[in-house]
Amino acid sequence: MLAFLIKRAANAALVMLAVAFLAFLIFRSFGDPVEMMVNEQATQAERAELRERLGLNDGFLVQYLRFVTNALQGDFGISYRNQQDVMVLIGERFPATFELVLVATMISLVVGIPLGVITAVHRDSPIADGLQLGSIVGVSLPSFVVGILLILVFSVTLGWLPAFGRGDTVDIGWWSTGFFTESGRAALVLPSLSLSLFQITLVMRLVRAEMLETLRTDFIKFSRARGLPLRIVHWRHALRNCLMPVITLTGMQIGNLIAFALVTETVFQWPGMGMLFIQAVTFVDIPVMAAYLMLVSFIFVLLNTIVDVTYALVDPRLRDDAAPAAASGASSGG
Amino acid sequence: MAASLVSRLAEHELWWSFKRHPSAMIAAALLLLLFIASFAAPLIAPQNPYDLAALDLDNSELPPIWQSYGAWPYLLGTDVQGRDVLSAILYGTRISLIIGFASVLLSLSVGLTLGLLAGYAGGWIDNVLMRVGDILLSMPFILIAILISAVAREALPPGLRDTLAAPILVIAIAVPSWVQYARTVRASAMVEKGKEYVQAARLIKVRPWRIMINHILPNTLTPILVAATLNFGLAILSEATLSFLGVGMPPDEPSLGTLIRIGNQFLFSGLWWIVLFPAVQLCLIVLSVNLLGDWLRDALNPKLR
Repeated sequence: MLAFLIKRAANAALVMLAVAFLAFLIFRSFGDPVEMMVNEQATQAERAELRERLGLNDGFLVQYLRFVTNALQGDFGISYRNQQDVMVLIGERFPATFELVLVATMISLVVGIPLGVITAVHRDSPIADGLQLGSIVGVSLPSFVVGILLILVFSVTLGWLPAFGRGDTVDIGWWSTGFFTESGRAALVLPSLSLSLFQITLVMRLVRAEMLETLRTDFIKFSRARGLPLRIVHWRHALRNCLMPVITLTGMQIGNLIAFALVTETVFQWPGMGMLFIQAVTFVDIPVMAAYLMLVSFIFVLLNTIVDVTYALVDPRLRDDAAPAAASGASSGG
Repeated sequence: MAASLVSRLAEHELWWSFKRHPSAMIAAALLLLLFIASFAAPLIAPQNPYDLAALDLDNSELPPIWQSYGAWPYLLGTDVQGRDVLSAILYGTRISLIIGFASVLLSLSVGLTLGLLAGYAGGWIDNVLMRVGDILLSMPFILIAILISAVAREALPPGLRDTLAAPILVIAIAVPSWVQYARTVRASAMVEKGKEYVQAARLIKVRPWRIMINHILPNTLTPILVAATLNFGLAILSEATLSFLGVGMPPDEPSLGTLIRIGNQFLFSGLWWIVLFPAVQLCLIVLSVNLLGDWLRDALNPKLR
C-alpha cells in the first residue's frame, strides 16, 4: 500500500512539474517582464539592473527551477497589468469561484439524483423517456448559451433576478461571502444554475445506470418479496448502493467545474478567478495566466489522486500494477 | 477499406435500427438540412455578411419579419451594422461545422497513429506517449484549448492572427482530444498483437504497418466511430465556447460562437434576435449530433442488441 501511495504521489508530482514547465515556457516566450514593469523613461542601465535582479540572465534550467520553487511557496510574481501580487489577486477572487462551484455541485446532486432514480425505476415509461431525452438536450446546450438564455428570460424579460455581479458580500477574515445577504443569494441563482446544468445530466445518467444494475440484484428482489413499500426499497436500499460512484464523480468533476466556471463567470460578470483569467488572456498578463493554470491543474490532480488512493484503500485489486488506475481519465466534460 | 466499412455497417442491422428510432432519424434529417443550407449559403443567403459594402445602416436593428417593423428579406432581423442575421448564421454554421470536422479528423488521425504505435511497439514509446496523454488528461479540456489558442495568437504577428484563426482553433481543440482515441486503439492493439492471426501475419513477414492498419485497426473501429461522433459535437461546442470567450474566430469572419459573443453585448438593449437565433442554431446542431451519437452507441453495443 505504501508503495502504491508513493507511486501515486510521484505521478502527481510529475504531472505538476510538466504543467509548471508548460506555464514556464509560456512565461518565458511571451512579453518581456522588464518592458512590462519599468516605466517608459527608464534608462538602459536601470533596465539591465532590473533584468539582473529578476534573474533573467540565468540559464534556462536555473530559471525553471526557480520558477518551480517560487510556485511551491505560492509566489507567482507580479501581475503585468495592475502591478499587484498575483497570489493576492487570485486569493481575492477565489471565494467567488468556490461559492459558485459549491452551490452548482449541490444543485447537481439535489436535482440529479432524484431524476436518475425516477428514470431508472420507471424505465420505459413516457416520463423516463422524456427525462432521458432531456438529459441529452442538457448535454447539448453550451453553458454560455444556457447563461444567456437565463439572463434573457429571468433578468431582461421578467426582471426577477440580477444578471451580473455578485451582489453585496460580507467579509469573514479574508474570505468574502455572498451567502449572508439577500442580493448575494439572488445573484448566485442564475450563474450556479447555468453552471450546474451539465453536471445535473451527468449525475442523473450515472445514477440511472447504477440503479438499473442494483435493481437487478437479489437483495432488492428479496426486499420486494418481503413486502417492503417500493418507495423504501428504491429510495433507501437501492439508492444507498449507488451513491459511491456519484461521490467519486462529484469529486473528480470539481476540477472541471472550476475550469468551466470561467465561461459562466464571463457571461455573468462574476468576479471570480475565471474572469480574472480571461481578462489576463486578453491583456497577455502572463503571470496571472501561469498561476491560474497551475492552481486549477493542482486542484484537478489533487482530487484525482485522492480518488485513486481512496479506491485503492477500498479495493485491494487496484493496488497491483496489473490494473492501472481505472478511475483516472474521467470524461472531460463539454 | 471505406467501401467495405460501409457495406459492413449496412449489413449490421444498423439501418434496421435506424429506421426504428425516430429521434435518430429526425436528428439525421435536421443535420443533413443544416449541412446543405450552410454549404449552399452563398447561393441561398439573402446577403453576403462578409461584404461590408452590402451592409446598409438604414436597415440596422430590424426585428424578425413577423414583428412590426420587420422587413423583407431580413427573415430573422438584422444586427446593429445592418447585417442580416439569417445570412450570418448560415455562413457561421459553415465555419463551425468545418472547424469541428477538421479538429475531429486531426485528433482522430493523430490518436489512431499514436495509439497503434504505442500498443504495438510497447516499451519506451508506449511509456512516453501514455505519460504525455496522462498529463493532457490531468488538465481540464477547455483550459488547454484556451491556452493553446491564446498563446498561438500571441505568437503570431497581428496581421496573421485573424487569417490563421481557424487552423489555430482546429489544433487547440484537437490537442486535448486525441488521447481518448489513442487509449482505445492502444488497448485493442495490445490484446490483438498476441493473437495467432497477428503472429501468423508476422511470420510471413507482413510489414508492421500493414498488420497494424489492416488487421488491428478494424477491431477498434466501432468504439472509435461512436467516440468520433460524440466528439464532433464536443468540438463544435468547444469552438463556440472559445469564440464566445474572444479567443476564437474574429468578428469579421464570425462562427456561431462569435455571433453569440457579438449579440451578447445587445442583450439589454432589447435586440434579443441578434443573440437568440445563433444560439438556437448552435444548440440544434450539437443536439442532433449528440442524438445520433447516442443512438449509434446503443445500436453498435452488442450487449443491448
